[in-house]
Amino acid sequence: MKKTISILLFLTFALILVMNVHAKRGSDGQLNLLYWQAPSTMNPNLSGGTKELEASSVVLEPLGRYDENGNLLPWLAEKVPTVANGGITKDLTSITWKIKKGIKWSDGSPLTAEDVVFTYEYCSNPDTGCTQSNYYSDIKSVKAVNSLTIKIDFTVPKPFPYAPFVGYNAPILQKAQFNGCQGARAQECNKQNFFPIGTGPFKVVDFKPNDVIVFEANPNYRNPNKPAFSKLVFKGGGDAVSAARAVLETGEMDYAWNLQVEPEILIKMEKAGKGKVVSAFGTSVERLMVNFSNPDPSLGELRSEYVGGNNNRNPHPFLSDYNVRRALSLAIDRQVLVDAGYGKAGKISCNVLPAPAIYASSANNECKTPNVPEANRLLDAAGWKKGSDGIRQKNGVRISILYQTSTNSVRQGTQAFIKEMWKQIGVETELRNLSASVFFGGDVGSPDTYQKFYTDIEMYTNNFSGTDPQTYMSNWTCKEMAQKSNKWGGNNMPRWCSPAYDALSAKMSVTSALKDRIRLSKAMNDMLMQDYAMIPLIHRGDVSAHSNKISGVRMNPWDSELWNIADWTRK
Amino acid sequence: MIHFIIRRILIAIPTLLVISFIIFALLDLAPNDPTGNLPMTVPPEVREKIRVSLGLDQPMHVRFSMWLFQFFVNEPLNLLHEGFGITIGDSENRTRILSWSTRSSVIDLIIQRTPQTLWVVGLSYLFGILIAIPIGIISAYKQYSWFDQVGTFFTMVGFSVPTFFTGMVAIIIFSVQLKWFPMIYDTTLVVDSWSNFILQVKQMLMPVMVLALYNASQLSRFMRASILDNLNLDYVRTARSKGRSENAVLLIHVLRNSLIPVVTLIALGIPTIFSGAIITEQIFRVNGLGQLLIIAIESADIPLVQTLTFLFAVLIVIFNLIADVIYGILDPRIRYD
Repeated sequence: MKKTISILLFLTFALILVMNVHAKRGSDGQLNLLYWQAPSTMNPNLSGGTKELEASSVVLEPLGRYDENGNLLPWLAEKVPTVANGGITKDLTSITWKIKKGIKWSDGSPLTAEDVVFTYEYCSNPDTGCTQSNYYSDIKSVKAVNSLTIKIDFTVPKPFPYAPFVGYNAPILQKAQFNGCQGARAQECNKQNFFPIGTGPFKVVDFKPNDVIVFEANPNYRNPNKPAFSKLVFKGGGDAVSAARAVLETGEMDYAWNLQVEPEILIKMEKAGKGKVVSAFGTSVERLMVNFSNPDPSLGELRSEYVGGNNNRNPHPFLSDYNVRRALSLAIDRQVLVDAGYGKAGKISCNVLPAPAIYASSANNECKTPNVPEANRLLDAAGWKKGSDGIRQKNGVRISILYQTSTNSVRQGTQAFIKEMWKQIGVETELRNLSASVFFGGDVGSPDTYQKFYTDIEMYTNNFSGTDPQTYMSNWTCKEMAQKSNKWGGNNMPRWCSPAYDALSAKMSVTSALKDRIRLSKAMNDMLMQDYAMIPLIHRGDVSAHSNKISGVRMNPWDSELWNIADWTRK
Repeated sequence: MIHFIIRRILIAIPTLLVISFIIFALLDLAPNDPTGNLPMTVPPEVREKIRVSLGLDQPMHVRFSMWLFQFFVNEPLNLLHEGFGITIGDSENRTRILSWSTRSSVIDLIIQRTPQTLWVVGLSYLFGILIAIPIGIISAYKQYSWFDQVGTFFTMVGFSVPTFFTGMVAIIIFSVQLKWFPMIYDTTLVVDSWSNFILQVKQMLMPVMVLALYNASQLSRFMRASILDNLNLDYVRTARSKGRSENAVLLIHVLRNSLIPVVTLIALGIPTIFSGAIITEQIFRVNGLGQLLIIAIESADIPLVQTLTFLFAVLIVIFNLIADVIYGILDPRIRYD
């Protein structure tokens, strides 16, 4: 009798152990994700939108990707190539990746170097219209050395060669599936674009564009016990507020992405106790762009154009005065903007390059506290006297600012606050907002784009993907100025031009030691900030919410938020 | 009558061509760009390549004639091929109207979205009619009674409070507080068992009722007014003096005559079922044709916007014709020939 009891006890313990030692593949049932902006395709190369990148990241995987702290991890590759381990040549023109052994596509066939080479050929074909082709720039050749080794040769030295095949922008496609879909045919390969075969934890079983995607666990995933969920439903549509409600209040959904909602609403919803709001800070900064050229409509062709000689031949009537720019920045109480419009999704930023943390400069912290008396003193000293209407003027020029941004309730709130703050220093502000698809649309025929910048101040957010700021910081070199000559295709919206800055940028493109790159990046950031070419406002984070029943979520600002979905489980 | 119908159809052809051109020109002139929603990290050269790959570098008249050809020749032939297996010409290499954001066929997208729109918006229209007609009759017959007062109050509320508000209130009461119905419509649900049927009814209930309230409010006001107009006419007095029962007077004589304008109104409203109740679809995530149109507009997906709006225009023209014909049938005094 005793023996039976002890056997029974042993069996019970064993059973409990088996149940606790986690979970077999698919044991946690269905996971419901809510992306209120619905994905329109599963091929990240044909849509650059974050929603599509997020959706495809559970299927398609890159060789390396970033964790939530911005560290580059080997993903499909065995290790991250570096100069030290011989993966990158000393002259920085070549990198060699080795794929892990035994990785299979969801159809059971092996992943080989040929697939990687094909992915490059697919995206670099100009007829494909590949939205990620900037991840494959400056490449001379991509070759398969053997079935698991890929060698990439660059045309120039690349101090940071981790753009191709790294992160959710540049995952590997299966050659066998996409072979007939290169070039112009890419547009017609419906089946391939909606149902890509991948190496990731899930595979697509149903795709309804802009509505819903249904995934199943990939039977050939490399870890036999993962993912814990057998089915993944990726629902789209609706708006951010109700998406938050579905996770935080009704608990119908397990995860909701991109909750740009007034902070007070989120806090209230979170009190229902069903879920948690999480945020992560990448490189996005909401900033004011200061126009250094004259946007006066009477100038015709020369409107907002840079005309030679450090901008002194077509300068802005008042923003070309350093004191005015500095005073405008000093007058802004950024904490008010954070509290009213962003909550958990924002922090004060005094830098245009706020992250990764190693690149963040501390030289500009003056902006953290507003200083209206100092702003007024500066303007007085510079000869800007208040007129009878309370607006400052000098030599017949009134400081009256036309301030534009895209239509969005948080942005209009910010505009209204800043208008009030500037009123305190005798600056008049006229507000203007434009539909996002027009403002960011880049239509050369439209006068209202952010590139043409036909106003004095404009506000938007910009960021860079990945963790290396080299390309981003080169946005404010002289040759990047958005002008008529380059069809407003440049990235330097302030039309701010400094030979010293250009020299730093050029130096960075040939410097590989991290220490020196950090120093250069900080110096460039400080130059921009201390000359007030831009006035940074808020370091913006991504905000999502997940159900309390889901564990394993590690919100990632450097890669897909679903980067580690194979590790998610239901409690 | 036949002559009238043929004449109307013939007039409809140039009308629709003009409409399609106006839509195309408006969309083309609007400052909108399909690469506008891409992240700012995508450089301008890449954007230009994408525009070229979408065919945007060609002049407007070329793009318009291509769209016309695809819409009137290729798409119908393709439907024949896929729907009935009849192949005319080279069906493999026929170019179809492709949506820019999804790169898939616009017609396939529309076919995929139609069921949920028809179910939700169509049913709400039907329920709206079923609610509106009795309310309209009783309120008119017992004018200024308490029923009429209450009915007027509710229809005024239903008519003047927008559906995004009633929808929100419904979600907060029935999903958040009572947890009776889901707030998210599951388009992947296949009704193949009783339990799934119940789920389907549950998820349809809120959007259908919210829209039905709105539709009913409008229609019942018209119904009431129309009956009131008829109640005072001579033929009603004649029927009553002949000694017919009140029921017969109201439900046979008055109702039939008052329905004439209401039926035309209902027929004219049917195209709006297809264009979907855009806002209601968004709130409940029904993701039907209305949501498709909104997303297409937001992402500057010109071929999709163009095709959808043109199809709506076709429906409006057709149902205008149908309304005219029904009017003639219901009211023999009207002759078109």
